[in-house]
Parts: sequence; C-alpha cells; structure tokens
Amino acid sequence: MGKFSSAGGREMPELNTASLPDLVFAFLFFIMMVTSMREVTLKVMFKAPQATELQKLEKKSLVTFIYIGKPTQELRAKLGSETRIQLNDQFAETSEIQDYIAQEKSSMKEEDAPFMTVSIKADKETKMGVITDVKQALREAYALKINYSAGLKVD
Amino acid sequence: MARKKRKAPQVNSSSSADIAFMLLIFFLITTSMDTDRGLARRLPPPVPKEQKDQDVDIKKRNLLIVLINSNNQILCGDQYVDIKQLKDLVKEFVQNPYNDEHKPEKVEEDIPFFGKQMITKNHIISLMNDRGTDYQAYIDVQNELAKAYNELRNEVSKEKFGKVFETLTEEQQDAVLKIYPQKISEAEPKNYGGKK
Repeated sequence: MGKFSSAGGREMPELNTASLPDLVFAFLFFIMMVTSMREVTLKVMFKAPQATELQKLEKKSLVTFIYIGKPTQELRAKLGSETRIQLNDQFAETSEIQDYIAQEKSSMKEEDAPFMTVSIKADKETKMGVITDVKQALREAYALKINYSAGLKVD
Repeated sequence: MARKKRKAPQVNSSSSADIAFMLLIFFLITTSMDTDRGLARRLPPPVPKEQKDQDVDIKKRNLLIVLINSNNQILCGDQYVDIKQLKDLVKEFVQNPYNDEHKPEKVEEDIPFFGKQMITKNHIISLMNDRGTDYQAYIDVQNELAKAYNELRNEVSKEKFGKVFETLTEEQQDAVLKIYPQKISEAEPKNYGGKK
C-alpha cells in the first residue's frame, strides 16, 4: 500500500480560523435575541406548580408578573416565613396591586392595554386564600387576562 | 517625501474568538432561557358595587359544581372523586352523550362547517375552593378541566377534519370552540373547613 503512505511528508493545510469569531458573534446575537433578561431580583422563593395543558405566554412586553411565595432565606430573619406578594422589586400588600396594575397599564401603549396579561407566579404550597385575594384585586383593576404560571409535569 | 510608506502591522486577531466566547458564556449564564408557560384564564369583570347580588337562574341540570376543600379533597357533583376521575366526569357532563336528563340540555345551533348541531350550550362548571386549599391542588383541577375540554375538541376536530385542534385553521378552530365552549365559573371564595 505504498501508494497511500505519506512518507513524502505533505503537510496538512492549517484550518482557517479567521471566520470563527464571526460565527461565535452570530450565535451570541441569536442568544441575546431569544432570551429575556430578568429585570427583577426575586425576593420570594417559589416552585411553580405542575400541569400538562400549558399554553405559551406570548408577547413578553404585555406581560406583568406577580410573584407569590415565602421570602428568601436571607430575608427570612427580617420578614418571617409568611407568604408574601412581590411586585417589581418590593414586597406589597394586596391593596397595592390595583395601583401597580394601573401604573403598568399606563406605561403601555394605549392600543396594547386591553391585551395586558398578568402572570401569577406562585409557589405551589401557597394557600388559595392569598391567590383569591390577588385575583379579586386584579378583577377590580380590570386586568382580566391572567396566566397561572406552571411547569410541565413529567410523569 | 522620499520616505517609504510603512505598512501598519496587522493586528493579531486570533484571540478575538476567545473574547467572543467569553461574552457568549457570560450571556448564557445571566439570561434565563425558560419560556414562560402556564394556564391562561379570563377573570369575570368586577361586580359593580351598587348592584345587588342577583341570582342568575341556572337550571340544576346545567350546573356541575366542583369543590376543593382545605384538605385538597375534590367534590364533583355530590360525590367525592379522585383527581384522575375528574376529567372523565367533566367530559361526560359537557358532552352528555346519552341525552341524560340530569346532564345539561342540548340546544340546536347552526355552526359553520358542521351545520346544525345539538350542543350543550348552557352548561356551566362552577369551581369553588376554600381559602386553605393548596395552590397545587387548585392548578391540578384547573388542569384536568382544561384537559377535558382539549380532549373533546380534539375528538371533534379529528372526526370532522382529520386533524388535531391545534393544526386547524382559525375559522375551523372557532367552529370547534362553538361546539365546546369553555364555561368555567369561579365562585366567590368561602371560608369553610376551618383549617387555616
């Protein structure tokens, strides 16, 4: 098989890596487009409940989040372990939800306001009393489209 | 200007790939890729304050009461049920396949693509929960209800169009939605059961 032996020592041509940065940059931009930076720091811990019949949340800019859960470990010494509601960056009471929704609504474009969705991200061990209060507040604030955030159930 | 133009030395760009990679990894770590999913629902508009509680007259046969107590037990109609049984019960209630007298009445309705159909237009599923119910139990029930509707819609879509509901065109979806409209009413919460 002398025919194929490379005793002649032809060198392998070096791979041109000049376009590698461009490739990586393209990938980087793709990632930046599809992901959304979380703007709020979570002060409550929550584990989403699980369900199977899930719908995707569309139009991220129209979605407002309400977090419900127990305060994180660091804040627990100060606030106790009672279930709390978090709007944006601070804890809130149910009475403040209405103002918060009104504020979020006014910051939207006028034609988008009716399509505002409120995503309730609550811990799965929350008692329904809190959720019901939040729901009543949302009704009063005319934010009727809601979404119970949930993870996909795996059997 | 007798000086020869000196060529600028080329910038060594072999490390720019590394820099880009570092940026990429930074973004991968800081961003959350999780797409938000959940169960979408519509709340009823608020009751005007001056309005007295008016009882909407609903025939008993059109109403299915699902109740979750503070121990996360489910009462459907007037019997205790397991979460696994709930879907079939709801399906049977909404569909009323044998024209049972105690299941919702059927009304004739003209629907595009389907023509005249007998549908249980006036059925209502009333979902009640206690203040002490766990959120997960509530979501489980909501999920089962959604699943019952989705299965019914898929069945009728497959029968008529040979496709699942999600792949139908918008007009076809509307027609199917008219046959099985989702009617879940959530009552004002009550505090029974005692446990907080």
